[in-house]
Amino acid sequence: MALMPIKFDLPKRVKLAQGLWLLYWVSVMAGIMIFSLGLFFKIELRKRSEMMDNDESHFVPNLLILVGLIACGANAFGGKVCHDSLDPAKFPKWKPMVKPYLIFCCFFNVLLLVTALFCFLVQFSIYFALAEGLKNGIKFYKDTDTPGRCFMKRTLDMTQIEFRCCGNNNFRDWFEVQWISNRYLDFSNDEVKDRVMSNVEGKFLMDSVPFSCCNPGSPRPCIQHHLTNNSAHYDYDHRIEELNIWTRGCREALVAYYGGMLNTIGALVVAVVVLESADMAGLKYLTTSLETMADPENPESESEGWLLEKGVKETFSDLMEKLKSMGKGNQVEEGEAAATTS
Amino acid sequence: MALLKMKFPLQRRVRLAQGLWLLSWVAVMCGAFTFCLGIYLKTELLRRAEVMDNSEIHVVPNILILVGIASIGTNMFAGRVCQDSLDPARFPRWKPLLLPWMAVALLLCALLIASVVLSYCLQGSLEESLKVGLRNGIRFYRDTDVPGRCFQKETIDRLQMELRCCGNNNHRDWFEVQWISNRYLDFTSKEVKDRVRSNVDGRYLLDGVPFSCCNPSSPRPCLQQHLLDNKAHFNYEHQSEELNLYNRGCRKALVDYYMGLMNTIGPGILSVISMQLSVMVSLRYLQTAMEGAEALENPEDESEGYILEKGIYETVAEAKATTLSFFKFGTVEAETTDAEKAAPESG
Repeated sequence: MALMPIKFDLPKRVKLAQGLWLLYWVSVMAGIMIFSLGLFFKIELRKRSEMMDNDESHFVPNLLILVGLIACGANAFGGKVCHDSLDPAKFPKWKPMVKPYLIFCCFFNVLLLVTALFCFLVQFSIYFALAEGLKNGIKFYKDTDTPGRCFMKRTLDMTQIEFRCCGNNNFRDWFEVQWISNRYLDFSNDEVKDRVMSNVEGKFLMDSVPFSCCNPGSPRPCIQHHLTNNSAHYDYDHRIEELNIWTRGCREALVAYYGGMLNTIGALVVAVVVLESADMAGLKYLTTSLETMADPENPESESEGWLLEKGVKETFSDLMEKLKSMGKGNQVEEGEAAATTS
Repeated sequence: MALLKMKFPLQRRVRLAQGLWLLSWVAVMCGAFTFCLGIYLKTELLRRAEVMDNSEIHVVPNILILVGIASIGTNMFAGRVCQDSLDPARFPRWKPLLLPWMAVALLLCALLIASVVLSYCLQGSLEESLKVGLRNGIRFYRDTDVPGRCFQKETIDRLQMELRCCGNNNHRDWFEVQWISNRYLDFTSKEVKDRVRSNVDGRYLLDGVPFSCCNPSSPRPCLQQHLLDNKAHFNYEHQSEELNLYNRGCRKALVDYYMGLMNTIGPGILSVISMQLSVMVSLRYLQTAMEGAEALENPEDESEGYILEKGIYETVAEAKATTLSFFKFGTVEAETTDAEKAAPESG
């Protein structure tokens, strides 16, 4: 009992071949789209690699690029097979390749599902990389004269401006580090000396944030310094002030940004899996309908197409027996060899 | 002597019709492209409409949008004519429409050239408009509680951050206006009272700038207040400090941005014009070749195609004569009716 048999006459076969050829080219476009999404994600990771300590894993975008290229190639091949399928002169050269091609497509679909899974899982790795990277970024903000770190200030400022965030978890992260370089501190000043001596490590700590934390939407010109001192500013209460600086932390902002991107990519990869399965089913129908023509010489004869020659269970048990007989074949050979030698 | 005469055997006519059909669809794409360019330019201008005083510069994208839509329709018509041109039964109904079509296509090309020329000529108007708009923006920066102006602060802040500029001409424009609202000034403080009394209008002026003027590339945390006072900050000299704030004025930044945009669009428009002209020339050849073929006994014989039936001077002279006779036709009729009226009276 074949699985889902359908009767095909010539016009139906022609329509199937044409529709399938179109579907394969749509799948090639989908492959190109996955490739470009992988490239885009790779570029986005590189752009902000300073926020992740330059050690973020590029496994997922590389996998997406590879999968996109394979999808393009495989679907172009499928399209070529469809294109030649209705020409009885050209089709026989493709016939022996169809079965291995379908098995390859099966494994490729599994690879696509694994890729989609990785897209969703890599968000955790990005979360931890960002937590560490931002902490170091805030620590090295002042080191604009240290080679290798001199652009950390600009990168962090641009990130805070672009993503509308401040600090790692929130703006208080800036209170815990010295973000003004010693080059710009007047150590003969009493206030500076007091602050430096007020903590064990001799750091100049203040309750201030850099200008990039300022929210342009605030009705009031930005208050950056003495944030926790209500009397330092006229009509200011730091507990109820909300619009002055960004309240979100940059880790949360960046994770949301990458998370959204990855969720979209994962969903698109799953859609491509569905598309590929449709391609496989169509190709199976087309090839079986061409093989079972009642009269091979007459192109207008009727034929039948199916997904599996026998039912699902029978095909599965056949497959198991084949695997077992392959294993047994080796054993029988060894037995004979042992018998002949002994 | 016909202008640029070419011989057209049947095969060549067929090829010309097919090629022109394809070309006219490419021209439709070009029309859509022009339309999109117009929409893009208009959106970019509208984004910063709050710092522009007048909208004279909007004539450039408006022309592009109009011409884009018109050229889509015009070139679709040309494609249709090509499709019917090889069918002697259907071609005659398009014949009278071809001369008006040429006029419309020429008008579209002229409008596109005009838009390119205008985009350069209106640069001065754009600069004036930005000067006034930015001046108002800086003046009303503090009015975040006045309806209609409450987003001026956010607009100016975002503009300065995005375009990396400060003030109208430079950062000193901020020293001349009060950009901190009175709501946030403590009028019991001596410093505030001194500053307010130090000028005629009673404004709180200071040598400070908003945070959006800060340059993130500066190695030093941003200095916003007491910019002219070297002693207010350690190791600071305002004459030699370059990286602390943005040096550029926002007017120059915006003008450069828009001129750059129009310089990029310029070559695209020129290629659209050349595409349209080639469609016009090819259609003229097709029309004359088809008309020549119709006149022959055997329609499948060779015919001639040309751009103008007679030379340029003769065509211009003929056109002048036709228009003059058109006007004279009116006067001659009046004379004959007068003569007729006079004859029965005398007779």
